[in-house]
Amino acid sequence: MLNSLTLTDTLQKLKNKELSIAELYADLRASLKVHADLNVYVTLNEQMENDAEQQANTPFLGVPIAVKDNFCTQNLRTTASSTVLDNFIPQFDSTVTKRLKKAGGVIIGKTNLDAWAHGSSTETSQYGRTLNPRNPEHLPGGSSGGSAAAVAADLCIAALGSETAGSIRQPSAWCGTVGLKPTYGRVSRYGVVSMASSTDCPGPITKTVEDAALLLNHIAGNDPYDATSSPTPIDDYTAAVGASIKGLKIGVIYMDIEGLATLKGLFEPQLKVFEELGAHVEYAQAMDPHQAVGVYTVVQRSEVSSNLARYDGIRYGNDRSFFGTEAKRRIMLGTYTLSKGYADQYYLLAQKVRTLFIEDYKRLFRTYDVLVSLTSPGFAKKIGASEASAMFGELEDMLIEPSSITGLPGINVPCYHDSTTNLYLGMNIMTPMWHESRAISVADAFEKHTPWNAWRNRKRV
Amino acid sequence: MTAYQLVCGMEVHAELKTASKMFCGCKNDPFHAAQPNIYTCPVCLGMPGGLPVANKKAIEWTIKLGLALNCKIHLFSHFDRKNYFYPDLPKGYQISQYDQPLCYDGNLETEYGTVRIRRIHLEEDTAKLQHKTVNGKQVSLIDFNRSSVPLVEVVTEPDIISPVHAKAYCKSLRQILRFLDIADCDMEQGGMRLEANVSLRSAGQTELPSYKTELKNINSFRFMEKAVAYEMERQAHELDTGQTPIQETRGWNDAKGETFSQRVKEDAEDYRYFPDPDLPPLHFTEEDINKIDSELPELPAQLKARWRTAYDIEPKYAEVLTEEKETAEWVEHIFALAKTQHVLPATVANALVNKKIAVQIGDAPSTVLAAVVQLSQTDDVSDAQISEVVQIVLAENPALVEQYMAGKTQVFGFLMGQTQKKLGKKVNPQQVRAMIEIQLQLYNHKK
Amino acid sequence: MKNFLSVKHIAQLANIPITAVEEKSLEAAFQETLVVIEQMQAINVSNVQPTYQVTGLENVLREDVIDEARMFSQKQALANAKETHDGFFVVPQVIAQD
Repeated sequence: MLNSLTLTDTLQKLKNKELSIAELYADLRASLKVHADLNVYVTLNEQMENDAEQQANTPFLGVPIAVKDNFCTQNLRTTASSTVLDNFIPQFDSTVTKRLKKAGGVIIGKTNLDAWAHGSSTETSQYGRTLNPRNPEHLPGGSSGGSAAAVAADLCIAALGSETAGSIRQPSAWCGTVGLKPTYGRVSRYGVVSMASSTDCPGPITKTVEDAALLLNHIAGNDPYDATSSPTPIDDYTAAVGASIKGLKIGVIYMDIEGLATLKGLFEPQLKVFEELGAHVEYAQAMDPHQAVGVYTVVQRSEVSSNLARYDGIRYGNDRSFFGTEAKRRIMLGTYTLSKGYADQYYLLAQKVRTLFIEDYKRLFRTYDVLVSLTSPGFAKKIGASEASAMFGELEDMLIEPSSITGLPGINVPCYHDSTTNLYLGMNIMTPMWHESRAISVADAFEKHTPWNAWRNRKRV
Repeated sequence: MTAYQLVCGMEVHAELKTASKMFCGCKNDPFHAAQPNIYTCPVCLGMPGGLPVANKKAIEWTIKLGLALNCKIHLFSHFDRKNYFYPDLPKGYQISQYDQPLCYDGNLETEYGTVRIRRIHLEEDTAKLQHKTVNGKQVSLIDFNRSSVPLVEVVTEPDIISPVHAKAYCKSLRQILRFLDIADCDMEQGGMRLEANVSLRSAGQTELPSYKTELKNINSFRFMEKAVAYEMERQAHELDTGQTPIQETRGWNDAKGETFSQRVKEDAEDYRYFPDPDLPPLHFTEEDINKIDSELPELPAQLKARWRTAYDIEPKYAEVLTEEKETAEWVEHIFALAKTQHVLPATVANALVNKKIAVQIGDAPSTVLAAVVQLSQTDDVSDAQISEVVQIVLAENPALVEQYMAGKTQVFGFLMGQTQKKLGKKVNPQQVRAMIEIQLQLYNHKK
Repeated sequence: MKNFLSVKHIAQLANIPITAVEEKSLEAAFQETLVVIEQMQAINVSNVQPTYQVTGLENVLREDVIDEARMFSQKQALANAKETHDGFFVVPQVIAQD
């Protein structure tokens, strides 16, 4: 099936006329039918073939891209997987989808997410849960579960997701794909449904690291419509692909966290490849990530309670009675943490602990060029797992929350595959702010020198 | 009956007349829009993913206003979200300023006393609500053309001591806003909105009263003055019976000549202020502020003072003629011309204010002057005649002139006497005095 | 904690309609979450400044120019509204407030 190609390969074959847009989309349509039960897409762009035919002289030549349903897409329904926006047709594009279209990418449809991006399972979507294509009895993770599943099931050539605290990297880990969370401010948030304004990051979810680099090239960069987007010029991230990682100092963190003992045996051997490639690997001590949970919880819920205040059904959408349980919980908790008499106790305190994490990473990066850890404290959980606790997501994302709240970039790459369950473990590769290129080089090297990437090692699919 | 004193502070909002809105590039022209909802975008309409970017000019103008009111400027400042729900607030929060307003600790002089300015901050305006019956239902119609227009809020200390003081404060503030050319302050359209916090305390008491009533939705200075006066009486009656007036918002009913309750406020609202994460903070240097300061135009107080020394214009005339910037500019041209023609600017001022001549703003200065001269020619003595005589007197008494210049101002009386004697008529001493002063100045320059 | 601010009061502040059943389940969820975030209070933050924004950016401002490209037509502005009338958005009448 042509839709199982990577972005890089698809573009090459299109350029060489080894395949046509029509053929590609025909295969994609067939796959979409076959895998409809995975419930990956909330809305399909029925014009996709027409849109693709017009992209002849563009960098992306009309390739089909999946977009998380929290990006506003002009004239294409956008729901954030909540029935509050069941009938919402944006009259404008987010900056990211605008840039994607300008580059010649075509939106296949809007992928499922945890409603309002609140979650790490995609189970809180008001349009049904998405299943993990690797093993449909399991969850794809979240909140960008739909996008990660779309990539894993080849229901797209590449995808866009967003991360507030794990929402790109964790579903990528659970679905065995690449997920790149850029530095906060590297990619514009304009037109993306706001969750936690101070940590939201749009980013690519792809089949390979070089695909992610290519996609990042086209969506990253300063945006005058987003005052928090960085004025620093972007790199050519594809130049980092294939670069040597010799001499890099890699610090391995969070290995001493309770509950990771069983995974240690699976994860640690994977680090050898870095030494073989000339990098230096060492264990390092980082601030306890449990403390990031409280910070993230307060910051996210406080900011979200304010960000979701605009949904009152007057100018668009349905009224606030349509909010799902999780959304109601978060809005209300955030209202509480900001209220008179409590704001200092919670919101202000959380921002101070955030500073401690920032300083801790600064300290670590004085010694190390790169930090790695497990992305998720386990394989993809079974369906229904998220209902166990109100704090499910936060605990699942504990290992990646510190880098989210501090704005650091990080990439997830598959680093282990269980052949009985067909499920994956992911490795999170982090660098200082603005050093996505270095993370890309390390991730790319790992991907090419290990058997875990499903597309580079076809027999694993 | 106890004697009470007024404890009153004012909060005034004024829309800034920038070309674009506060946090987006939509056109800022809500009053003249041909249709509702034609100046909107994802940001000011509160669409998902809309993000604010602050208008540089609005910030500079707010600082300008602060400097004009002798305020200190916070070199570090930022915007906060004020969270509450109302249909005219598209995001469910208003971007405003809470603990680091751009300006603070200033003052405004009025003829009834100084009013201290507690703070001036910048925020965005809400949409406009209209109540109507449509298809038999009572509804509110919303127009977002006004949503996110820049709004400057000026808050005073409770220094206002009388209804007429309140009116004078509002007038002076509006005058400054217009002189700075940053706001039109069209009261009827809501370009300037007045709120007063009114309470009473026993005469001689220094503590602030335990309650206050808010006067709101009053769109004229006159009504505000009346409302404050009415409130003083109403609250005095209540206090006399041993009751404390309740905390509430009241409006003014001019037809009935009374204030009326609009909303009872039990507790202060919980707006859950926090710094807006979408807007990086502001950081100014002393140089930035000095630059803005150097660009301040001449303000009414300075203008009136200058007219006093340069043209000998009495405060009461200056007050009237400087009310509007355009008028002041026009009048100044006439004063300047008058001096070269040996006509007293004071005479011109008198003629204009007392409407002794039929002219209008924009008439050529020479035309106006001619009309004034005509007037004075029907008086006993023309300025030209006095001028001639004064020049002779000064020429005849060079030693006295030198003495005057050296500081011996007593000789002035002698010069006055000489002039009047020479004129041999009953002339307006003030006219003579003024003319001598002008000639002495000219004499000085000739040297 | 919730002795001072009831779930009902918070729902009002947050403008979220909740049923009596939801009130109960929300109370339980609240408790769970508060346990987690209260652990934060054990951390020593003396002399630590809060970080509200990780970018370190300052003075990101726009020039006072009209951006025609982004402005909606009236039609676009009203496109998703449930109820409109003569170019206005419509809501059931609200009591005159501030």
